[in-house]
Amino acid sequence: MVQDEQWATDLAAIEEQALQALAKISDESDLQAWRTLHLGRSSAVMQTFTRLGQAPKEQRPALGQAANRVKQALESALALREQALGQAELERSLSSERLDVTLPGRQPHLGRLHIATQTLREIYRVFAEMGFQVYRSREVETDAFNFELLNIPAYHPARDMWDTFHTTTPGVVLRTHTSPGQIHAMREFAPEPVRVILPGMCYRYEQSSVRHEIQFNQVEVLAVGRGITFGDLKGTLQEFARRLFGQNVRTRLRPSYFPFTEPSAEMDVECFVCGGAGCQICKGSGWLEILGCGMVHPLVLQNGGYDPAVYSGFAAGMGPERMTILRYRIEDIRNFWGNDVRFLEQF
Amino acid sequence: MKIPLSWLKDYIDVNLPLPHLAHELTMCGLEVDEVELVGLPAPQDDGHGFKFTGITWQRDKFVVAEVREVMPHPNADRLVLCRLFDGTEELVVLTGAPNLYPYKDRGALAQPLKVAYAREGAQLYDGHQPGQVLTTLKRTKIRGVESFSMVCSEKELGISEEHEGVIILDPDAPTGMPLVDYMGDAVFEISILPNMIRNACVVGVARELAAQLDMPLKKSAPKLAWDGPSIEGQVYLQISDPELNPRFVLGLLRGVTPGASPYWVQRRLRLAGMRPISNVVDATNYAMLALGEPLHAFDYDVLVKRAGGKPPTIITRTAKPGEKLTTLDDVERDLNDHTILVCDGAGALSLAGVMGGLESEVTPETRNVLLEGASWNFINIRRTSGEQRLLSEASYRFSRGIHPALAQEGVELCLGYMAAWSGGEIAAGLVDAYPNPPPDAEVELSAAEVRRGLGIQLTADEMATLLRRLEFTCTVQGESVFVKTPPHRLDIGSGLTGKADLLEELARLYGYDNIPATRLGDELPPQRGNPLQEKEELLRDMLVRLGLQETVTYRLTSPEREARLLAVADAPYVRLANPIAAERTVMRRSLLASTLEVIEKNNRLRERLAIFEIGPVFLPQPDTELPVEQQRLTIALTGLRLPQAWDQRPQGALDFYDMKGILEALFTGLHVERVGYQPLEHPVFHPGKCAAVQVGEQPAGVLGELHPQVKARYDFGNHPVLAAELDLGVILGAVPFRYDAVAVPAYPPALEDLAVIVPEETTAQQVAEVIRQGGGKLLVDLQLFDIYRGAQIGAGKKSLAYKLTYQAQDHTLKEDEVRQARNRIIRRLEQALGASLRA
Ligand SMILES: [Zn+2]
Repeated sequence: MVQDEQWATDLAAIEEQALQALAKISDESDLQAWRTLHLGRSSAVMQTFTRLGQAPKEQRPALGQAANRVKQALESALALREQALGQAELERSLSSERLDVTLPGRQPHLGRLHIATQTLREIYRVFAEMGFQVYRSREVETDAFNFELLNIPAYHPARDMWDTFHTTTPGVVLRTHTSPGQIHAMREFAPEPVRVILPGMCYRYEQSSVRHEIQFNQVEVLAVGRGITFGDLKGTLQEFARRLFGQNVRTRLRPSYFPFTEPSAEMDVECFVCGGAGCQICKGSGWLEILGCGMVHPLVLQNGGYDPAVYSGFAAGMGPERMTILRYRIEDIRNFWGNDVRFLEQF
Repeated sequence: MKIPLSWLKDYIDVNLPLPHLAHELTMCGLEVDEVELVGLPAPQDDGHGFKFTGITWQRDKFVVAEVREVMPHPNADRLVLCRLFDGTEELVVLTGAPNLYPYKDRGALAQPLKVAYAREGAQLYDGHQPGQVLTTLKRTKIRGVESFSMVCSEKELGISEEHEGVIILDPDAPTGMPLVDYMGDAVFEISILPNMIRNACVVGVARELAAQLDMPLKKSAPKLAWDGPSIEGQVYLQISDPELNPRFVLGLLRGVTPGASPYWVQRRLRLAGMRPISNVVDATNYAMLALGEPLHAFDYDVLVKRAGGKPPTIITRTAKPGEKLTTLDDVERDLNDHTILVCDGAGALSLAGVMGGLESEVTPETRNVLLEGASWNFINIRRTSGEQRLLSEASYRFSRGIHPALAQEGVELCLGYMAAWSGGEIAAGLVDAYPNPPPDAEVELSAAEVRRGLGIQLTADEMATLLRRLEFTCTVQGESVFVKTPPHRLDIGSGLTGKADLLEELARLYGYDNIPATRLGDELPPQRGNPLQEKEELLRDMLVRLGLQETVTYRLTSPEREARLLAVADAPYVRLANPIAAERTVMRRSLLASTLEVIEKNNRLRERLAIFEIGPVFLPQPDTELPVEQQRLTIALTGLRLPQAWDQRPQGALDFYDMKGILEALFTGLHVERVGYQPLEHPVFHPGKCAAVQVGEQPAGVLGELHPQVKARYDFGNHPVLAAELDLGVILGAVPFRYDAVAVPAYPPALEDLAVIVPEETTAQQVAEVIRQGGGKLLVDLQLFDIYRGAQIGAGKKSLAYKLTYQAQDHTLKEDEVRQARNRIIRRLEQALGASLRA
């Protein structure tokens, strides 16, 4: 029994000594040394197992159990210590990898559509949902398509409304509006009903300035059918304005004149900058003029191949750049085709 | 057109708030751009918007006063002191107005001078500063005399720019009355539509407003006495071309005394934008502004003298070859053979409908006035006015069509004013030739047509009631109205056009606001979309995804600008007959030239530029009048591949392979297949760094690095400039409508590397083709990852290293299969290209 107690005392001392040594360890290599010293083949605990054979037979199970308990205790203490040390090491290394998150990131090159394209697409989208398809036609036109077939005879005062670039080929002009496309579209589609929008570049003989350009996009809208009324014109264009400028925007139609439509009108939307109170953008009027429109003139219908006694239609024309200018408060229309990247990259 | 409110009120008793009135005018088609207050108080905002400018005369600060005596200033010759009564007290007011000097030292004036008097604290325009600068009258001392108020000039009151003297009001102006009550006004600035020239006058505007508001239009014309001896035998008339001159009317006023018009006339003319000249001339201008008919006054005695003392004969005819005329503006004008003139037996008197001649104009010495009112062919006047570059109040109106009925009305109205303001007696009767009255068409319009066109239900009676407000003569028969146009407008046609014209009148009268908005209920056309345009947008999206910036440039350029790129000067161009700038004279033939100008403009602003444009070029054709408009795509790159950043040095300039990579990615994205690249000699590009692009068998364009000599003609940076110009039609034509997806393989691929040594001239494309042939179906991918040249493999050779991916869809590849494929590839490479494996 005395011998028993001696073994037990020895094991307790071995455990205590090893745990004390473990608590002092703070790095990985010391931990390995400790493992060799206290759990290796020649360690005190393991030696206890070796010497187990020398103990009296009836004492061996108790002794074995006791040694095993100490061995397990040391092993789990080691595991805990290892984990703690690993955690501490991770924290040390993470804290040394702290970035200045305010430094700029690496940006991929962002491609962009020209702002004119963006506006055109918005217009296409709204009209597409109402069944209007894009129809394009040529930019160098005959006088006949640009004027005469649109009820604008030579020398007519209405020609003053368009300052025209003529080419050196007599009777050939740069189109002053996309309206010639009305005739092209009608002649292509007659006698089917027509719902098209006609986008494209137009030209005016005009000194370019902050407000005027020699080249500009226009989008024309044309609907021809058997029962199209002025009320339809009003409704369709109102829907368009609401989609583009906001569901609550007020619009008004004001009598106007175009040779190829009658009755003719201009559509104003309530100024979205001042809400109608009057500001610099709307020049104090509270309204922004966004498009001209009207019922297709019977002679134009006829020139397009439709019998005005059976068919009617409406047309509208708008300037996407003007709309863009109003929307983004762009000060100089020459920015559009000037292509300064400092302008282009804003959109 | 400037319409003073006070004048408008001669014809209509309208008392609406100003913004409301402006709104009503705008909704008639008389768009009000601006309202200028000239005395009247600024209106409350009533939700109608409109821009208001101008000045308000405070009621208690501006009054009508009378100057009872003009006295010299003790210390200054150029100043006078006025003893003035402002309705409540007598004061002494200092002024420097030269038009008061003549009254100096006359003692108390028998008839006091009525003036516009501003008290201390009045807000008015500073007469001594250019433009309109508001200032407040303060008490000061001028040359030792205290001054705290003033007698006003037109400039100070915002009536005109006139500041030479003070206003002397008409003698009946009531002393002490607030000035705003006496002559406070507002001027409507109205844009006159081309088909509404009938409304370029006060009566016209009043008539539209009366119709709009359903109010009566008042008559306002002086009574004519016709008390002089008859005009008969005093002047003869001869019209040689009734097409060009449908009517000519003459009236005669004897014994006028030229002088200043009454102040109210002068004020109205000024507010309407005209300068008062004398009572005789003012009467013609005033009548024109009132009624819209331009009138011309001749000095009758000059005509008699030219006729050798006999009654003159007025002849209207076109100009003779070489004929000249000196017009009122003192310019001698060469006349064209279609220019219509007013002449007498001695020659041309005036440029008909445009401007009078210098010789026969009225002067302060004129005693007898022959007054002309006429009607001219508007197209002819438009041509003449354009050719002579002469815009006048007369040509503005006549070139848009004035009804001949107004010739007579105008002459009568003007005679009345002239007699009232300059004295004289009106010769009884007029000389009137009216050989060519306008057609008096009747237009039938049915209720059904109105419903079909406007979407509103009106009975024939309701239509007639509306149209009568604009003085149309209407007869109702069943469901239709038969409509005749009133004799002051030429804008209503006949037949189909007439119906459309009347629909517009009905829409205006019914009110655009009142027509209900509806959604299209008509049959939807076949929905074909626009596949080509949709593909073009897809292409744009793809290029943007590749990091490129879209640009849109001017289509107008000059051959010189394009020659920098193309170095061909004599290519056929679509040329402008009337260019507006030397640098924009033709439509471009090259889209790339435009794109390179964008690079040139921006290359100092960014270290890397990557842009594209889609747009047409214009190629004249020998056998047609119109050019071919071909859609092109250009891409341009220059600068650093990776610009400098805080953690990285700038790296490598963009080169040929960056451009090629963009095209490859673009074609992959668009599913365009069978794209080939062949070396190409092209004058624009570096001979060794240029390739032709082919899609299938079709040439699709070119890419490359700009030739150094071409580059030198631009202001580019140091880096190479890469460019591609492609035919959009070919590319979009190759974009498939649909394509098949490929199944994601269920079995693992086998990967291996292969390095082959080939002669330097062998192209990568040749090697790749052979590998593909050898690999057959199993070889699904092939990536070139290295090129080596050097001592290890010997001169004139290169080694190309590939990563090969083998894959079968239905099983895991066996080692044997891969080995066989590999051996096939190697064998083919050896046979076809003389290649060897690199150990
Ligand atoms: Zn505004």
